[in-house]
Amino acid sequence: MSALLTLAASASTAAHGAGDLALGITEGGNWFLRNVWLIPLLPALSFVAILFFGKRMPRGGSEIGIAAVGIAFVLALLTGAAWIDHRDNFHGEEVHAAVVVDEAHGAHGDDHGDDHGEGHGHASLAVHQTVTWFQTNGVEFTVGTLVDGPAVMMLLVVTLVSLLVHVYSTDYVAGDRRYTHFFAFLSLFSASMLLLVVSENTLQLLCAWELVGVCSFALIGHWWEEKPNSDAALKAFLTNRVGDMGLLVGVTILFFAAGAALPGTFGSFSIAETNALANSGALSHTALLVASCCLMAAVMSKSGQFFLHTWLPDAMAGPTPVSALIHAATMVVAGVFMIARMYGVFFEGFQIGGSSINLMAFIGGLTTIVGACLAFVQRDIKKVLAYSTISQLGYMVMALGVGAWTAAMFHLFTHAFFKACLFLGSGSVSHAVHSFDMKSDMGGLRKDMPHTYRTFMIGTIALAGLPPLAGFWSKDEILVGTGGWGLMGGTDANGAYTLMLGMGMLTAALTAAYMTRCVYLTFFGEFRGHGHPHESGPRITVPLWILAFLAVFAGFLNMPKGFQLAPKGLQERFGHFVEPVAGYFPAIHHARPSWSLAIVSTIVVLCGVGAAAWYYFVKVEAASKAAGTSLTELPNGPTTRWPLARMGHTLLANRYYLDHLYNGVVADGTKGPVARLANRINQDVIDRTVDLTGETAVKAGTIVYEKIDQLVVDGAVNASGRGSSGAGEELRKINSGKVQSYAAILFAAATVLAGVLIVIV
Amino acid sequence: MLLNQFLLLSAVLFSIGVYGVLARRNGVLVLMSIELILNAVNINLVAFGAFRATVGGEVFALFIIAVAAAEVGVGLAMVLLMYRNRRSIDLTAIDQLRG
Amino acid sequence: MENLLDGWGITLATFSPLVGVAVMMLIPKEREDQHKLIALVTSLWVAFVGVLLLIWFDLDHTDKLQYVVDKVWIDVISSRYAVGIDGMSLPLILLTMLVVPLCIVYSWNHFPDPVNPKAFLILILILETGMIGTFVAQDLVLFFVFFEVVLLPMFFMIAVWGGDDRRYASLKFFLYTLFGSALMLVSFLALFFLTGADTFTFSGLADAVAAGGVSRNAQLWIFGGMFLGFGIKVPMFPFHTWLPDAHTQAPTVGSVILAAVLLKLGTYGFVRIAIPILPEAAVSWAPWIGLLAVVGIIYGALGCLAQTDMKRLIAFSSVAHMGFVMLGIATLTDFGINAAIMGMVAHGLITGMLFFLAGSVKERYHTLEISRLGGLLVQAPRMGWIFGFCAMASLGLPGLAGFWGEFPAILSAYNPGNGVPVETFRTFMVIAALGTVLAAGYLLWLLQRAAFGTPPEEFADDPHITDTTKHEWISWAPLLALIVAIGIYPNLVFRVTDGAVDASLTPCLSVEGEAAEKLDCAEVYKIGHDDGHGDGHDDDGHGDEHDDEHDDEHAASGN
Repeated sequence: MSALLTLAASASTAAHGAGDLALGITEGGNWFLRNVWLIPLLPALSFVAILFFGKRMPRGGSEIGIAAVGIAFVLALLTGAAWIDHRDNFHGEEVHAAVVVDEAHGAHGDDHGDDHGEGHGHASLAVHQTVTWFQTNGVEFTVGTLVDGPAVMMLLVVTLVSLLVHVYSTDYVAGDRRYTHFFAFLSLFSASMLLLVVSENTLQLLCAWELVGVCSFALIGHWWEEKPNSDAALKAFLTNRVGDMGLLVGVTILFFAAGAALPGTFGSFSIAETNALANSGALSHTALLVASCCLMAAVMSKSGQFFLHTWLPDAMAGPTPVSALIHAATMVVAGVFMIARMYGVFFEGFQIGGSSINLMAFIGGLTTIVGACLAFVQRDIKKVLAYSTISQLGYMVMALGVGAWTAAMFHLFTHAFFKACLFLGSGSVSHAVHSFDMKSDMGGLRKDMPHTYRTFMIGTIALAGLPPLAGFWSKDEILVGTGGWGLMGGTDANGAYTLMLGMGMLTAALTAAYMTRCVYLTFFGEFRGHGHPHESGPRITVPLWILAFLAVFAGFLNMPKGFQLAPKGLQERFGHFVEPVAGYFPAIHHARPSWSLAIVSTIVVLCGVGAAAWYYFVKVEAASKAAGTSLTELPNGPTTRWPLARMGHTLLANRYYLDHLYNGVVADGTKGPVARLANRINQDVIDRTVDLTGETAVKAGTIVYEKIDQLVVDGAVNASGRGSSGAGEELRKINSGKVQSYAAILFAAATVLAGVLIVIV
Repeated sequence: MLLNQFLLLSAVLFSIGVYGVLARRNGVLVLMSIELILNAVNINLVAFGAFRATVGGEVFALFIIAVAAAEVGVGLAMVLLMYRNRRSIDLTAIDQLRG
Repeated sequence: MENLLDGWGITLATFSPLVGVAVMMLIPKEREDQHKLIALVTSLWVAFVGVLLLIWFDLDHTDKLQYVVDKVWIDVISSRYAVGIDGMSLPLILLTMLVVPLCIVYSWNHFPDPVNPKAFLILILILETGMIGTFVAQDLVLFFVFFEVVLLPMFFMIAVWGGDDRRYASLKFFLYTLFGSALMLVSFLALFFLTGADTFTFSGLADAVAAGGVSRNAQLWIFGGMFLGFGIKVPMFPFHTWLPDAHTQAPTVGSVILAAVLLKLGTYGFVRIAIPILPEAAVSWAPWIGLLAVVGIIYGALGCLAQTDMKRLIAFSSVAHMGFVMLGIATLTDFGINAAIMGMVAHGLITGMLFFLAGSVKERYHTLEISRLGGLLVQAPRMGWIFGFCAMASLGLPGLAGFWGEFPAILSAYNPGNGVPVETFRTFMVIAALGTVLAAGYLLWLLQRAAFGTPPEEFADDPHITDTTKHEWISWAPLLALIVAIGIYPNLVFRVTDGAVDASLTPCLSVEGEAAEKLDCAEVYKIGHDDGHGDGHDDDGHGDEHDDEHDDEHAASGN
């Protein structure tokens, strides 16, 4: 069969003329780049080891996990170094694929690459290694690694954050009921996530994708004795499954679409091939569009995009280190990473270049606003951060949607650090006050927990996006990348996504405001909880400081090109090493940075901070002094009344127009009704729909089972049984037991038969 | 050869036998009626054998006589056993096999 | 290839259990230990023969029947004792040989009421002969005989050792399957007489049909009869109602064997007999099979959500899972049928395991009412984790065996075989994908209700509730290990099945091909692409796969 296929393959190539497509990958490269499979293998082995021997180890298996992830981190560092060398200095052979060329499509692998000349120089060749996984139908399915910029970057982020979270957890979950299990699943998660980022084909990606989902399930439900926790775990898994449906279908479509364009096979999962084919225009646009929409569903569930995001806040039921690692820094960005990986497909499918709106950008933009609004009304510090994560993930998806690939990846990179820092900081706080409720159990903690306070502040500023911290650089790049900023020199991006620019700006202000609120409620005012909170131990504070350090300095890795204050050698280093310039990557434009936009966005952020700070640090603080206790909101605040009436009243009576506009309408209006409406839609409409869907399914199941299965289908079966049994009842009367009556029947029958015989013959 | 007469005789005997089997309640009489049926068949066989000038008919008749003897032996033994157990050889009383 | 088992290995494996049965017959039933020992040794011996068969199996020619025996059996009806193993039957035979000893170990110390190890074990061994025989038979009459041999021991197992409602369940099971068998037999006979072939062997009949002896209409009817017979055994919607009752009432071991092997007799019949012999009819029937399959997937899942009894829920999940298997078969592609066989093996391992677990739960809690259970993870943590693991495997988690039955089936439905309507099957694909969500729903909900939370009060301090016992470990470990092994390295199964499936589909592919002058095999899979890239290429030139000049030129363009 296999031989036959090859024959047919070569035949078809000949008939159509051999197409030859450069894939942008190579089999050669440094040892570390070729053997990157070791990195996921280590945590996987540690999972098995902890599972079987963890309980017998002196530290319950945590040492195995830390050692494995630590070595993996070192390997990732070496891989990173190897990649930096490889990126510019590798001159090995590039792999080409033969393609079926159709006259109508006119696929030729060299209509791209020209655009890459600008600024990036040498093409980057991803290091590609495969082994056969299984074969059916004479086609070999491979498993392997595809190491390029984004993969290496993700390897570093995942191993680093995972290592820090491991260390942090030894203190945080010390004495837990299932300490060993916790570390086992952390290891399994690290392994799956690392496998995901180095996946060579979509099937492998799909497997890793589901595996991280399971780890998330197990870790959210870590304390499954309490029902809300297991509910949250189920919700997370099921919501993700809904999206995974899209992944299944999308991967299938791409598999056959690529197979149609490649000779000698009926399908291909290979990411490099699929992307390269999509770039070259060899795949039909319809197939790409449908596949992109399907994959987008998976992204929406995994990366918490509006309207499949509702599981993410609930997922905070898990232990805080889990929230930091899985639900902030790594797993939830799997969706973003997947878009980045399959960018050729998405770029063509959504026609990102030269457009001004598309599904991905719109969903991303919407998510960032929805998430940010919701963060205003939360009491639970982790939920604030969860909504913030949703909002920031929306930022990344939006960036990918507008074609700002590097900006999205860079934001992913910086976000992982500052958000992990914030989450771990919130964990440290709750460790001290034994609660997550900001309003009733926190306040004034800055004196008692100086390390936590300082790192949390750094994380907050980075998240808000004030220069020169990490968040500023990545956020600014995204805003530039929308291409919507026309003042003082256009930005030369892929399209003119003005709407997305507006959404991004709005979110920047909202983010700054809700984080100010969060910081005030947690660290300022007077302590409202019970007991005396103490600063956490070094195993908690040291990871915090490392992450805070990165939150400050990570941004300098990708200072914009042409930025006058930075030496030329430091400009756009991240983009240079992470963004592929290869056959499997689309030709995207790079926006020109703009001083004016940076200044405006900073002012917007400062406005957000200012408004919230004025409300809390001035008004609430004063009210607290007056009342003698530590308040969290104004006692007679506008939220307690009908805000529109109050606004009208204020307008008429006080004429204090500006004051109240800022305070009552903008700040409180956003804080109150708008956010609450968003929250209500979130809880009552979307969340309810999810619940209703579940309930309806059960109801439908019950109806189907009781009415159709039991009555109709089963009834028919029973009726036929009863029928034959009734017939038997009648027939037994003949069976009198008397020999003579039998004989009579016999003779009668013989007579009848004889009669029949006579009549017929 | 007058085949008809033999067949007529055989038919009459057979009918008497059938009547006996169906109508009599006495076990011994039923056995005797069965004997009549068998002999009616025998007559037929012999008659046809002679008519077609083969010995097959006689051979079969002899075979049937032998089997009939055995059958009567078994049948009488059963009737005897029945009588010992129930002091009656009324066949209508025996209906343990009723379904 | 010459080896020790050639010519008699299959016979040895098939009838060894009967030797064990004969020995056990001679021993009085009071000597329970001897019975257990003999049964275990017999089943292990069969498994050992199975391993030898595997070792000497020529994996490079899985499409060829191996260890073939072809002797005159009942000459009068032209039936032959024809047996052989190829890549399609090997995994299922090994599965049978694995499950039986594990069942014997599992029931070692706790036979269900009325305890009667002698009879129980004899029935299991007879079952084993029947099951192996069905998988090795290459002759319709022989196949039918073995197919029916399986029925009786199972009937008695349910009727004697079953639950409260065992009479109803066992009768339903028996009648339902017998009804199917009757139609199947009629089909077999019709096939025999209409082709005018003087043989009942599969290959002979296939050749006779291919030679054009049977009208298209007759083929459709014959396929319909087989469809009913096999479909009931699978069971396909709407012929599935015997299954939940039989499973719920059967003793644990009975459920396990029923789920692990018996259901596969039906699907195996499809891939071994119905499709290769009647390829043309298969193409016509495929949309209907596919329709019933996806209805079964959704319906089974909805049914699961409504269940209150754990065992019944697992039984309903079988309907859904076998739906995926049937969907794979209905695509009539190499890929889909490979997936189906993988699905059969995976379902056997996973659902077998789930029934084992249900049995163990019942033994400890004396109930399977889901609302009364809870906190299994607290009281029996290891068992709880195994339960969670199996639930994950059952919902098709990648990295575990179940995934490789589900995903390829969905995948292949996107591009069904030649002559099968593409749009219809793409719709089926999406519905089936929805089924994976529902599967996660009911399994995790079950897990949550039974294993999470704290134990209910009535069982809180029950000393009978212990963690996994030694016998349970021994009988479960191989299944668990295989679920992981196949999940990580699916080639364990695919490598074996691939060639054989390919060969069995060859007639199917050529049927339609005849009209369009012999299409290439590659061509066949291209059909159904909207843009039809691979049309009509029968040139035989060799396109260069590597064009070096072009390479360099392209690499340079980046500079």
